[in-house]
Amino acid sequence: MKSISIQKYFFLLLEVIVALAILILGYVFLKSWEGSKLFMVIVAIIWGVGSVAILFYVLNSIAETLPRKTRSIVLPVVFAGPALLLLLWFLILPTIRTFSLSFFNDTGRQFIGLTNYGNVFTDGVFWESFRNNIYWLVFGTSGSVGIGLLIAVLADKSRFENIYKALIFLPMAISFVGAGVIWKFIYAYKGEGANIVEIGLLNAIITGLGFKAQAWLQLPFWNNLLLIIIMVWLQTGYAMVILSSAIKGIPSSLIEAAKVDGATEFQVFRHIMIPEIMGTLITVSTTIVIFSLKLFDIVRVMTGGNFGTNVIANEFYLRQFTQGRTGEASALAILLLVAVVPVLLYNLRQFQGRKAFK
Amino acid sequence: MKRILTLILALMVFLMILGTTSCQKKDDMSKGSDKKVVTMAGPFTDNDAVKFEESIKAFEEETGIDIQYEGSKEFEASISVRIEGGNPPDIADFPQPGLLENFVKTGKVIDLSKTLDMTKVRNNYIQSWLDMGTMTGPDGPIMAGLWARVNLKGIVWYNKKAFDAAGYKVPTTWAELESLMEQIKSDGDAPWAIGIESGAATGWTATDWTEQLMLRTTSLENYDRWLTGDLKFDSPEVRTAIQTWSDIWFPEGNVYGGRKSIPTTSFGDSAKVLFEEPPKAWLHDQGNFIVSFFPEGLQPGVDYDFFNLPPVNDTYGAPLLVGGDIYAMFNDRPEVRQVMQYFASAQSIKTWLASGGVLAPQKDVDPNWLTNPVDRRLQELLKNAKALRFDGSDLMPGAVGAGSFWKEMTGYVSGSRTLDQAVKAIDASWPN
Repeated sequence: MKSISIQKYFFLLLEVIVALAILILGYVFLKSWEGSKLFMVIVAIIWGVGSVAILFYVLNSIAETLPRKTRSIVLPVVFAGPALLLLLWFLILPTIRTFSLSFFNDTGRQFIGLTNYGNVFTDGVFWESFRNNIYWLVFGTSGSVGIGLLIAVLADKSRFENIYKALIFLPMAISFVGAGVIWKFIYAYKGEGANIVEIGLLNAIITGLGFKAQAWLQLPFWNNLLLIIIMVWLQTGYAMVILSSAIKGIPSSLIEAAKVDGATEFQVFRHIMIPEIMGTLITVSTTIVIFSLKLFDIVRVMTGGNFGTNVIANEFYLRQFTQGRTGEASALAILLLVAVVPVLLYNLRQFQGRKAFK
Repeated sequence: MKRILTLILALMVFLMILGTTSCQKKDDMSKGSDKKVVTMAGPFTDNDAVKFEESIKAFEEETGIDIQYEGSKEFEASISVRIEGGNPPDIADFPQPGLLENFVKTGKVIDLSKTLDMTKVRNNYIQSWLDMGTMTGPDGPIMAGLWARVNLKGIVWYNKKAFDAAGYKVPTTWAELESLMEQIKSDGDAPWAIGIESGAATGWTATDWTEQLMLRTTSLENYDRWLTGDLKFDSPEVRTAIQTWSDIWFPEGNVYGGRKSIPTTSFGDSAKVLFEEPPKAWLHDQGNFIVSFFPEGLQPGVDYDFFNLPPVNDTYGAPLLVGGDIYAMFNDRPEVRQVMQYFASAQSIKTWLASGGVLAPQKDVDPNWLTNPVDRRLQELLKNAKALRFDGSDLMPGAVGAGSFWKEMTGYVSGSRTLDQAVKAIDASWPN
């Protein structure tokens, strides 16, 4: 404290003034700007990123002038504070608002207690969506993780490992909506009767084998599985890459020792690999579980929730935005959140169990 | 770190100086021209958006008001977000009056009877359009919107050249329609091209068929009772209407691709088979907007034509079914009023009428503006209508009109629901 000269305080004050000036001037400038949009975007990016950097720098220099004890309390606040504020603003507040809206009628003005939840639970659509989400959870997660693990193990140390893995990983780059469009062509059905030509890949295979063309997306139960396949196609790459790196992290001496002791390949896999990568396996699985619970895009693009393929997220969207049933939509969103939270908590506990987070 | 910081600092100061100077120039310039901006949001995209832009160009040049139109295929969803978020466009264009009514209820829509020159507006519309623009807000009924563009539904399109060449005759009664279907089937083709796929809105084509057959199999009074939920879906009247179109859709050979292909065929694509050579199907029942989905280069009145879907029962005749766009105002500024006043005149869609695909609800429409002979006949039909009703599903509460009605009809067509299950499920979804 004593060692800091007046000159340093002067510079600190100057820093604060300059930072404030940049923040305010930049805001005023952007607000009044009426010229080229591109230029404005560039300025906004430079100003935005720059201001954040300056803000952190200035706050940090202020914190550093404080006595050591206060500093250790103030510093984390300085660096984590803004992020926490944003989290509060964009995540916590909307959640609270959704929660409160779920107790009001569709205009959000009249309190109606648990009526929305009652309506949702007595509605056949909800239970159908709920059942389908369970399908997604069970088949989607086991499919993605299972196949991902299988490929990770089998491709490990094979000659063209990188090529195989790149090919499997490629679909990850496609958005769910894009994948939906692609797979729509695979499942396409043109009908039967005079003058009909099938253009769908799956129907081409089926008719080529001498069977009748099928309206795939209208087959009860199976249409759900056909949609889940799309998610597996997209997510297997993700599971594979993470699991593969975990497998590569297993000390080779461990595996060699087991082999010297006479363990078969399968025994190595079962008793060494699996326990070693358990943490990663759980993390990957829970991530995909959450994914499958909040799944929306594929169903919306492929069937719009028709033919018994609805899921909760799609039903929530339809009610809120197409039908204007805000109360019930909020109730659905809250139920979805409630379904995801235990998985999240479990995931967090897994993380805490690891040394890196202690 | 410090060096980068200095660099960013210098760059920002430089940009700002550059900006403030150019800003000042801007201010000076805008004082002279005084350009006002009115923002608009609606569902017009692609071709529709181009035609709309053209139709307002003259007005923009004359008044100096810049109407910035933002079209979205997900308009129903995005408009809720914008209005709830407190950032509504100045004017929004609703294809479903029921959706507009949601915002009227919460008091977010400006009462046009207090902001526009109502004598002009009243003189330019027949009463039923004004009635359909009046909705109840928190402080009583208000004039919530202006009808600006309408579609005529319940009309059957056909490939005129091929139709005439094949020796088919336009049916004027239901019996004639049925015998025409038999004739086409015996010639080895499917009579109808039908598709109800429309993304998350799949099924709305089936609701249009239900409405036009409600109008042809029961009284107008029953139709109105049906919209308010007074007449249940599970009533003999509604069941008869649905059954009547099912008898066209479901029997083998009646529809191109068969019953199972209807829910997976897009409504816009479905009509295209009419214009293949030779045609694979012959009849397509759809609003007049469908011509913009027809293959390009077809000549109206020569390559394609329409007939009114015949009456099923002489007692009820064939009342017209219409759909359309209603414009509502969310911000009250002089220039927004000026734009809305303009939309109350058919002048506002003059060029659109000329390029085809729309009809005007306003009285001051001059039939000569319509260069397309088919549209001119449609406009005539609309003008001389004895009985006219608005698209029922668009007037029902969203939970039914944009929800269970679509969904259950889709399930019914695909065969996963019986008619009995479908009508009961729709009734159950009606909000209390």
